[in-house]
Amino acid sequence: MWWLGGLLFIVLAPFVGGLLSGIDRKITARMQGRIGPPVWQAFYDVAKLLQKENLVVRPTQKMYMDFFLVFTIFTGVLFFSGGDLLLVIFALTMAGVFFVLGGYKASSPYSFIGAQRETLQMMSYEPAVLIAAVGIYMVTRSFQVAQIVHHPTLIIKDLPGVFFAFFFILTIKFRKSPFDLSTSHHAHQELVKGITTEFSGRTLAKIEIAHWYEYVFILGFVYLFFASNPVLGVAMALLAFFCELVIDNISARVRWQWLLAASWGVAFVAGGANILYLMLKG
Amino acid sequence: MIPSLVIFLILAPLVVALLAFLNRKVVPFAGIVYPAAVVLIGASLGLLKAPMGGQPLMIPAHAEWVEPAMLIAEVGLSAYLLLLAFKQKDWMVGALVAVQAALLLAFHFKAGDKIHAEANLFIDPFSVVMGLIIGVIGTLIAVYAVGYMEDFYHHHHEFQDERPLFFALIFLFLSAMFGVCFSNNLLWLFFFWEITTACSFLLIRYKRDTQSTANAFWALRWNLLGGLGFLLGIIFLYKGVHTVEMNRLLMAPKMLVLLPVALISFAGITKSAQLPFSSWLVGAMVAPTPVSALLHSSTMVKAGVYIVLRFASVLAGTSFGLVVALVGAVTFLIGSFICISQNDAKKVLAYSTIANLGLIIMCAGVGTYEAVWAGILLIIFHAISKGLLFLCVGTIEHKLHSRLIEDMTGLAHRMPKMAVMVQIGIAGMFLAPFGMLISKWAVLRAIVDYNPFLAIFLIYGSAATLFFWVKWLGKLLIIDREYKNIEDGISQDQWIPLGILAGLTVLICAGFSWVAKMFIEPYMMVVYGTSVNLGVGNIIIMGIMLGLIALFPMALLNRGKGVRVVPPYLAGANQGEGGREFRNALDGSQAMELKNYYLQDYFGEDKLMRLGVILGSCLVVALVLMGGI
Repeated sequence: MWWLGGLLFIVLAPFVGGLLSGIDRKITARMQGRIGPPVWQAFYDVAKLLQKENLVVRPTQKMYMDFFLVFTIFTGVLFFSGGDLLLVIFALTMAGVFFVLGGYKASSPYSFIGAQRETLQMMSYEPAVLIAAVGIYMVTRSFQVAQIVHHPTLIIKDLPGVFFAFFFILTIKFRKSPFDLSTSHHAHQELVKGITTEFSGRTLAKIEIAHWYEYVFILGFVYLFFASNPVLGVAMALLAFFCELVIDNISARVRWQWLLAASWGVAFVAGGANILYLMLKG
Repeated sequence: MIPSLVIFLILAPLVVALLAFLNRKVVPFAGIVYPAAVVLIGASLGLLKAPMGGQPLMIPAHAEWVEPAMLIAEVGLSAYLLLLAFKQKDWMVGALVAVQAALLLAFHFKAGDKIHAEANLFIDPFSVVMGLIIGVIGTLIAVYAVGYMEDFYHHHHEFQDERPLFFALIFLFLSAMFGVCFSNNLLWLFFFWEITTACSFLLIRYKRDTQSTANAFWALRWNLLGGLGFLLGIIFLYKGVHTVEMNRLLMAPKMLVLLPVALISFAGITKSAQLPFSSWLVGAMVAPTPVSALLHSSTMVKAGVYIVLRFASVLAGTSFGLVVALVGAVTFLIGSFICISQNDAKKVLAYSTIANLGLIIMCAGVGTYEAVWAGILLIIFHAISKGLLFLCVGTIEHKLHSRLIEDMTGLAHRMPKMAVMVQIGIAGMFLAPFGMLISKWAVLRAIVDYNPFLAIFLIYGSAATLFFWVKWLGKLLIIDREYKNIEDGISQDQWIPLGILAGLTVLICAGFSWVAKMFIEPYMMVVYGTSVNLGVGNIIIMGIMLGLIALFPMALLNRGKGVRVVPPYLAGANQGEGGREFRNALDGSQAMELKNYYLQDYFGEDKLMRLGVILGSCLVVALVLMGGI
């Protein structure tokens, strides 16, 4: 039944992801003293986008985003059907590369700057993600997600530093302040809509859906650290999501220098020290 | 059959070299190189018939004349290098040559009669891999060089046409490389090793301008230092266990051979341009591009990692091994970081070569079966993809009159076929499911089992790798104005090798599990009695990913459907043709320019290189001191 998780991911993840996105907007609005849109707003938006005309600068630019969506789904399917964690991360990188290349292909200054910053963000978060995989392997002696979830104890007990480093870069993956350098949910003066500036209509809808899939995948990764206690796992994943909203609302965007130094530094200090400790403990 | 094939592969390129050297405008060089390529590729494919399972096939290859001939050649070469060093007033090189020659002669006259090697040559799956790389990729690069050098003299009238020498050196080099990977007698190996050093030196110096000469001597210096280490290693080996044969070395008690192995590993580290010696390879990029592809990326520098990987089972679990692994790890990290700040395509390729060689050296130092398996896989994939990329850059440079990545904007329209090749090459270097990534995956798994902290180097290095390859890849795709197709006039001599290498990059990726089973597994079974299995499921997943990517070109057929093309968003100030310009503050028209990030302040070459040299020197000194104690 290894394929069931993957199948459920393909079918359910957009709903969960879209709903999370709606809840995000609602909670954010409440934090800012507004009423906010209905929780289903994300779906309404995408439905509307699907009907809009698809404007492009380069005729081929939309293909890259199609492949971004395909590889994002592929990443999640691999993860939820219990595949190799390293392969999952490589597939995620592959998806990210297509996203970036789409931004480059659009050949417009704003999408270009967004694409470069997106690459920089990928470079920033990758060490923490890979260190997480290495740490999980050291605890469970396996890279297979299917075996990791059956580990008898709470993985986070042995990996607090690694988890902290991973949590730190979640902000990048959720595209939240202070790390929403490449594109964000709001338009910014110097960036407009960043990497997605030149995307509209169906293609923009696909990007949005890909982000929903990404949300669920990332929360699944958070769950891994608590997998021996499923209830706690789901609760912690949701808590992590809520924390991201709070962070988003209380912080301003930083410069890339800060982003790179902070995420590499935290991954090295917290993650690396944790790995070293596990290694010396034997 | 196989023994004579091995000897043929060593001798045949020598004949070609002689023919090329004597060819003073008698026939075009294609007339020599093409037949030679067919014969050499055919012969090296014949290696596939070598017995793959079981113990290596030992080849005695005894002939009275060989050793005196080698000695005379070595002395002659030393005398020639000494002469050049005096002319250049490079006393360091002069001293190294003199010391080396004196040591070699002393060793020969003291122990020469007593040294007896049962088998001078041998062949096993690992040397078949190397043989195929040299025979197929090496010869393809030689074919490419025919067209490239033709173009080269069109573009550079300032240099004297010395193609006979050029091709003679290339084929002499190929012969020596075959010698390196089939030698069991370490004195033979050393002889071939020094020939590759000399070829490298003469080819870097080929243009004869001040810069080339200086860089050639710089490269020679470090390679000679390594050679000296190699020779000392052999002498200590002979003193310790009375043999000069590699197979006996590997069977001897570990304690007795650790010092020789450390010294030979030191030679490997210099040859494959690890820190602190990396700068010679960067300097070597002044040579014509086929030289960079052949010597300084696909083959010669692989001789360094080859020899260290050979001795990996001795290094495994020793503190020597750990230091060697650290040299590789630091080199990988710093090399990858420096790539970020480089705009010159050839420099990016040079530093990334240094970095990837570091990864292989790290595998060798770790020395577990998983690591060695990954290391051999890396050699194969790197030779193909990097060879391809160098050749692409060579041709692009002739067309664009620049090899700066910033000038490659719009290459997808200006040189569509070439852009596809570059994309395949780059994807081969860092994207799943292509070769280098499979290897990196294997390396990561190997290292986590050995020393997870080393994995940190790998992790940070590959994050940087991602960044610099993606921004290069993106640059090719940008179409910021109308571009003309300028691809005409590239000779078939260049297209054929490019096409084959691009095809190989994809094919070997699709069939990597076959490659691993066919070549690497038999070797692993002999040395370690076990091999690596990535898991059928994972291989299928890789296959699916490759299949998905294969859909991409097909999606291209569907481009432009259901979309409306509009000018880019320029804050509403678009003007000019196609709306690609904008109105500036002086009410003039301004074309947009898109320039990549290079993060100079953080990943600048000078600063990082200085750090690398300091770290690398500490490690190398530690390696040598540990041997002394």
